[in-house]
Amino acid sequence: MGRFHLHADGTEHAHQEGDALGHEDSSHHDHHEHRAARPGDHEVGDHSGYPETGTTRISVLEDLLSENDRVADANGRALEAAGVRAVNLMSSPGAGKTTLLKRTLARLGDTMRIGILEGDIATSLDADALEGSGAAAMAVVNTSAGFGGECHLDAVMVRSGLSRLPLNDLELLVIENVGNLVCPAEFRVGEHAKAMVYAITEGEEKPFKYPVMFRAAEVVVVNKMDLLPHLDFDLDRFLSNVRAVNPSARVILASARTGEGVDEWCAWLRDA
Amino acid sequence: VHELSLAQAIVDTTTRHADGRPLKSVTVRIGHLRQVVPDSLQFSWEVLTERGDLQGCALVIEEIPAVVACGECGAMTTLDMPILSCASCESFDVRLVSGEEFLIVSMDVVEV
Repeated sequence: MGRFHLHADGTEHAHQEGDALGHEDSSHHDHHEHRAARPGDHEVGDHSGYPETGTTRISVLEDLLSENDRVADANGRALEAAGVRAVNLMSSPGAGKTTLLKRTLARLGDTMRIGILEGDIATSLDADALEGSGAAAMAVVNTSAGFGGECHLDAVMVRSGLSRLPLNDLELLVIENVGNLVCPAEFRVGEHAKAMVYAITEGEEKPFKYPVMFRAAEVVVVNKMDLLPHLDFDLDRFLSNVRAVNPSARVILASARTGEGVDEWCAWLRDA
Repeated sequence: VHELSLAQAIVDTTTRHADGRPLKSVTVRIGHLRQVVPDSLQFSWEVLTERGDLQGCALVIEEIPAVVACGECGAMTTLDMPILSCASCESFDVRLVSGEEFLIVSMDVVEV
C-alpha cells in the first residue's frame, strides 16, 4: 500500500511503504501551519481511513515535543551568546553524578569558570553537597509542584535556572538532571552535549532496557570501577551492549571515589 | 514514566492548532524506540481531557516499528530489541529508517 503525501500546494502523491519513512517527518515538518481543511482529506500515514462524516481532518505534523524544543533552542541561543558550553548530565539515582561533579570541580574549578544547574525533585541536597567545591555559580531547579514531581528537567525549568545564573561569567555549565534513565533523555534543554554516568552496580543489560538514554549520550562514564573485583559485573559484555545500542558513544572507565578516569572525563568536558 | 508530560505536550500543541474548534480525535505517530507505553499515554490523555477544551477528544496512537537498513548487505531489519544490527549479516553498520517518530499527525475537527 502506498502512503499519501499532502504538499503545501495541496497536491498529493503516493510513496511506496518504506521509502517515505523518515523522509516525510523532515520534509513535512515545516508544513504544520498548512491546514488541509477539506473534508475527506486523506492524510499522511493515515491508517484509520477517512474521518467520519461531520468531521474535518486537519494536518498538524508537528513534533510532539516542539513546544519544549522551541524553549530549548532559545536556551541554546542564550548560552551561545554568553559563550557558555552546556553539558546535560544524566544517570539513574545513585550512579554518582554528584560525586563525579565534586571531583570535576576540584580538578577544573581553578582554571575554568563552571556553573552548575541542579535538577532535583524536591530537595537541595545535591547542591548542598557541592557547596564550596569550586563552582563559580549554582542554581537549583526543583521539579516538584505540590505533590510528586517531574522525573526530568525540561527546557522551561532549565530556562528558569539559567535566569538565575551569571552566564556571562561562565565558560561551562553542567546541568545535573534528575536521576532517571528514562525521561531526561527525551527532553532537550538547550545543551550542547549529553553525557551519562553509569554505575557498574546497575548490571550489564541496562543499555537494552533504556536505549533512548544510551543512544542520546555522547559520553558514557562507567563509574564505580573500584568495585569491579567485588561484583559479578561482566565489563566486556556491558561494553558490547553499549556499542550495540550506540556505536559512536565514547566510554570512559572511571571511579569518582578513587579518581580513576576523572582526568579523561575532565578533558572531554573542557573540549565538549 | 514521562507519559503524563507527553500527554500534556500533545494537549498544548493540539489546543493551539484547534484554535477553539471542538475536536473528535487527535492522531499521534510514535516510533518503538521512544520508550512510550501506549496504554500509559492513553490513560494520561484521558485524565488530562476529562474536562477543558479537549473534553471527549480521543487519542489515536500509531505505532511505528523500528527498522534499520544495512550499509553492507542492504537488508532491512525490523528490530524487536533496541540492538542496532542487521539480522541478515549481523553488521552494525546500519542506518535507522524508522522508529524515532514522535509526531502529532492530524486532528479531526467536529463540524458545527
